Amino acid sequence: MSDPREIEKMTTVDRCPVAFPLRQPGQSFPPPQYLEFREQEGLVSTTLPSGELVWLVTRHEDVRAALTDPRISSNPSHPGFPRAAKTGGVPSQDEVPGWFVALDPPEHGRFRKTLIPEFTVRKVREMRPAIQQIVDERIDAMLAAGDTADLIADFALSVPSLVISSLLGVPNADRDFFETRTRVLVTLTSTDEQRQAASKALLRYLNRLISVKQKRPGDDLISQLLADGTLSKQELSGVSMLLLIAGHETTANNIGLGVVTLLSNPQWIGDERAVEELLRYYSVADLVAFRVAVEDVEIGGQLIRAGEGIIPLVAAANHDGTVFERPDEFDPSRSARSHVAFGYGVHQCLGQNLVRVEMDIAYRTLFERIPTLELAVPVTELPIKYDGVLYGLHSLPVRW
Amino acid sequence: MRISVDTDRCVGAGQCVLSAPDVFDQDDMGIVLVLAEPADEPAREAARRGGATR
Ligand code: HEM
Repeated sequence: MSDPREIEKMTTVDRCPVAFPLRQPGQSFPPPQYLEFREQEGLVSTTLPSGELVWLVTRHEDVRAALTDPRISSNPSHPGFPRAAKTGGVPSQDEVPGWFVALDPPEHGRFRKTLIPEFTVRKVREMRPAIQQIVDERIDAMLAAGDTADLIADFALSVPSLVISSLLGVPNADRDFFETRTRVLVTLTSTDEQRQAASKALLRYLNRLISVKQKRPGDDLISQLLADGTLSKQELSGVSMLLLIAGHETTANNIGLGVVTLLSNPQWIGDERAVEELLRYYSVADLVAFRVAVEDVEIGGQLIRAGEGIIPLVAAANHDGTVFERPDEFDPSRSARSHVAFGYGVHQCLGQNLVRVEMDIAYRTLFERIPTLELAVPVTELPIKYDGVLYGLHSLPVRW
Repeated sequence: MRISVDTDRCVGAGQCVLSAPDVFDQDDMGIVLVLAEPADEPAREAARRGGATR
């Protein structure tokens, strides 16, 4: 939206757009300016790397309103849909059929209904032994390799990656392939060419995998969905791609950051409430829910015109002091349940129950089996992802 | 406290089951089920957190 007429349309509030990316090197987390944004009347706007202006929603109440308003769409084929990176962003159904997080009701419902039975609280509880085994094996490998590790590569990333790939039936041997492609897609500075190549490669790979499973079904979700037949083969590739991507990077970032916090708050290790509070506190998917208004709509006292982009910032909502007392403190004794780290409304994270179990098992087992675990670098030197769609650490050097 | 659920609007996330497991469950399709009316005030509070508004 670099067209000046478009910009004029947005200046319903006489205020300059704030700088993007919202996370800047050297800052604390969440970005301190979120407090300011929440306290301002109306909404603030920012200019994305694509040149587009978008409205930023930061109050808890407004984020929930934006994520449930039927006049606000998740579908990138609507004009004005914001793009996170220079040109790329949320794929349309033409690019990735079955990428249902980018569909609105009622089309979205068919996908959601097909998948939700696989991610219920009970179904995920049944996966506990398998997840425990994956976690134990990762720790065995770390212990066998010496007395230092990069806890991101060796644990925080490998655990959710192995969990989602074994659930889907994606061979472990291909981890490096899909993790590398995913990283391109979740990096704000990736070029258009890199992004398209990564997306195409993943889709091609999953298409092939699905053809193999058509001939030789396995005991996995992809085979089961194929047999079920509700989704076309093409849609199934996109659905699998969404699950694979959403299933590992987000959780990896949250597990890694949580280890750092628990190392300095050991009294909370093993307490279930710590997981919920870590989800709220870090809100790694702050820049994930992108939307566009398809009709004029008012959010937080701000008139948003049809065709204007909106980003509900879940980290800002989760640090709203009117909902969470002393929001910038890590305090698992609070009731964190009303956080929106998994979004809100019909697109509310499908994998959230899986995430809770993965984080719970990961922390319990890690600190129980390696009680002398400590950071190998000062906490201020940990490399934070400032260029990521997701908040997290590039690496986490530890020793024991 | 009477609990009624609108299964058409249920998104199947399981939040209610986590907040108030004695009151809510999910059926095989992931959709909300009411198991029982909450017995006392802490249970009512949990049910409210789980999505019941009244
Ligand atoms: C800490 C980990 C995670 C966080 C913070 C997270 C966050 C989110 C958020 C904020 C949304 C909403 C997006 C929107 O409204 O546009 C979402 C949707 C989604 N997530 Fe997650 N997620 C996590 C892990 C997972 C895992 C492990 C899976 C894999 C099973 C997963 C699968 C999905 C899917 C399929 C959707 C789209 C749901 C729909 O459109 O109905 N996520 N997630």
